[in-house]
Amino acid sequence: MAEKTIEAVENKFETFQILNEDGKIVNEDAVPELSDDELKELMKRMVYTRVADQRAVSLGRQGRLGFYAPVAGQEASMLGSHFALDKEDWIAPGYRDIPQLIWHGYPLSKAYLFSRGHYKGGQMEGINVLMPQIIIGAQIVQAAGIALGLKKKNKENVVITYTGDGGASQGDFYEGMNFAGAFNAPAIFVVQNNQYAISVPVEKQSAASTVAQKAVAAGIEGIQVDGMDVLAVYSATKKARDNAISGNGPTLIETLCYRYGPHSLSGDDPTRYRTDDENDPWEKKDPLVRFRKYLEEKGIWSEDQENEIVEQAKADVKAAIKEADETPRQKVSELIEIMGNELGPNLQEQLEYYRAKESK
Amino acid sequence: MAEMTMIQAITEAMRTELKNDENVLLFGEDVGHYGGVFRATSGLQEEFGEDRVFDTPLAESGIGGLAIGLGLTGFRPIMEIQFFGFLFEVMDGVAGQMSRTHYRSGGHYSSPVTIRAPFGGGVKTPELHSDSLEGLIAQTPGISVVIPSTPYDAKGLLISAIRSNDPVVFLEHMKLYRSFKGEVPDEEYTIEIGKADIKREGTDITIVSYGAMVHEALKAADKLAEEDINAEVIDLRTVSPLDLETIIESVKKTNRAMVVQEAQRQAGVAATVSAEISERAILHLEAPVGRIAAPDTVYAFASDEDAWLPNAEDIYEKAKETIEF
Repeated sequence: MAEKTIEAVENKFETFQILNEDGKIVNEDAVPELSDDELKELMKRMVYTRVADQRAVSLGRQGRLGFYAPVAGQEASMLGSHFALDKEDWIAPGYRDIPQLIWHGYPLSKAYLFSRGHYKGGQMEGINVLMPQIIIGAQIVQAAGIALGLKKKNKENVVITYTGDGGASQGDFYEGMNFAGAFNAPAIFVVQNNQYAISVPVEKQSAASTVAQKAVAAGIEGIQVDGMDVLAVYSATKKARDNAISGNGPTLIETLCYRYGPHSLSGDDPTRYRTDDENDPWEKKDPLVRFRKYLEEKGIWSEDQENEIVEQAKADVKAAIKEADETPRQKVSELIEIMGNELGPNLQEQLEYYRAKESK
Repeated sequence: MAEMTMIQAITEAMRTELKNDENVLLFGEDVGHYGGVFRATSGLQEEFGEDRVFDTPLAESGIGGLAIGLGLTGFRPIMEIQFFGFLFEVMDGVAGQMSRTHYRSGGHYSSPVTIRAPFGGGVKTPELHSDSLEGLIAQTPGISVVIPSTPYDAKGLLISAIRSNDPVVFLEHMKLYRSFKGEVPDEEYTIEIGKADIKREGTDITIVSYGAMVHEALKAADKLAEEDINAEVIDLRTVSPLDLETIIESVKKTNRAMVVQEAQRQAGVAATVSAEISERAILHLEAPVGRIAAPDTVYAFASDEDAWLPNAEDIYEKAKETIEF
């Protein structure tokens, strides 16, 4: 009896796909209404992000960046979902979700300051985004709060939050979805299932065969998407957003994707837990390759266009790193000043001490 | 001016701020229709509606996240943790997140959250209801910890906490909720966070205390007065940040000091107060700074609470020892 129940539930979460590995439409009815310019913009963002990622890894190896979590392979998952958002929508990102912030208006130079560990990297002026969250799951309960806030202010906006497959094992992951469900609040929960939480494969996180089915525990909509298919990710997110702002509550979206690089640049060595054989099938699924084929078939993408983006990305990275380099080093007195709106007597005393020390 | 219990003063403070600022929201487990397990929020949902005063699912971490998110979208949340022993479930939300919001955004965002929670012994609660955990949050930069001991202080401090743009943990001692009444002005007033109060002036020894121990210290001071020993009793009111100015000034006058807390000796804030006195006023001291605290065991099983909790007698004895050093 119990087995049959689980089977019945899991059968409801088949992978949603629009574009196959050869760039062919396999789900005609689901093709989103995007203009040629929008399709090109999506490709542009994915190419740009792939290049920026390669540059960031290289800058990290040179010691010119600090903490960095590679994103190659997740472009469709990150940027397809972001493309469905409105400028006023909120993003509560995890630490890997820098590309979504960039395309929401977070300057590349600030992303580099965040990577290096400078407070100016957290100053999110003019954009509705949180700072990249290091505590896995914390962004999810906070997203529930943002969603309730948007609902109470009668905004026609949503909050989107991201975590990984490992993150779906946290208590806050469940609590955040459950709260948003109970308050019928406009939230989109994206789990980017890139198969590994550092070295631990997703099979070791849970006996559940999909992450998407965890939505059932919160009584909300859940969908599993081919996370290497930008059209499917966009389409699922768009639907989730429409549902949320129509007052139909939150959605959990699981994107099946893969990170080609290491977990982070902080000493992770993927060769210790992954084999080349394993990487191969995922290389064939590369979101850029299949979307490029699709656009070329439509006659709206060329090598020249792609090269132009590559050069643009390289130039932007160079300018942003220069801007980060030129940012004044932070002082202890500044760290004290940003502690709160008002400083207690302990901090006032310490502020005087450090200001005196710094002026010597 | 009205005679009120501390819990009535707390309700009054929340009513005042719900009325003053439409962004003030009040939420937690059973705080809505039911009016709270101690009736602290009684009648508030009726008066301000379910949109302003509402129940949440039973999950402290979720409540903390809710408060942070609502704070980011322009609200001023008052969240309740039903008993402060349940803090551990939301330790990340409080100490890992909202205390750092302003800092990690370089001053761009704030968490204007007030966290109300009952705590404190002497009422025979079940496990993990009465534990004094203020020391954990007092060790956390970016968040204030307020502990009132009278109805008057409770109202003024809670209004200040709600109006603060930075997060404040507001701890309400269960034994003090209804044990006595005090004069509370009808009009709104504030008491500055971070300011101690001298509850009894004296010249022979400074007794620094907070929470229920303030009343034990006052009882001990009465007994000492019978022997012509005049104790000065300081009620910290805010245990983080500390009002060192008031403490040091008093110690310079009396030349003797002790710190009294209900928490275990290895917990609470007494060690910090003692260290600050040593560092700032050692040449004024005639004796070591004494400490009264609970034993370093897990909080007592209910039937042994009276023997375990520090009381006026313990304070009296330590004061005598310090005087006769």
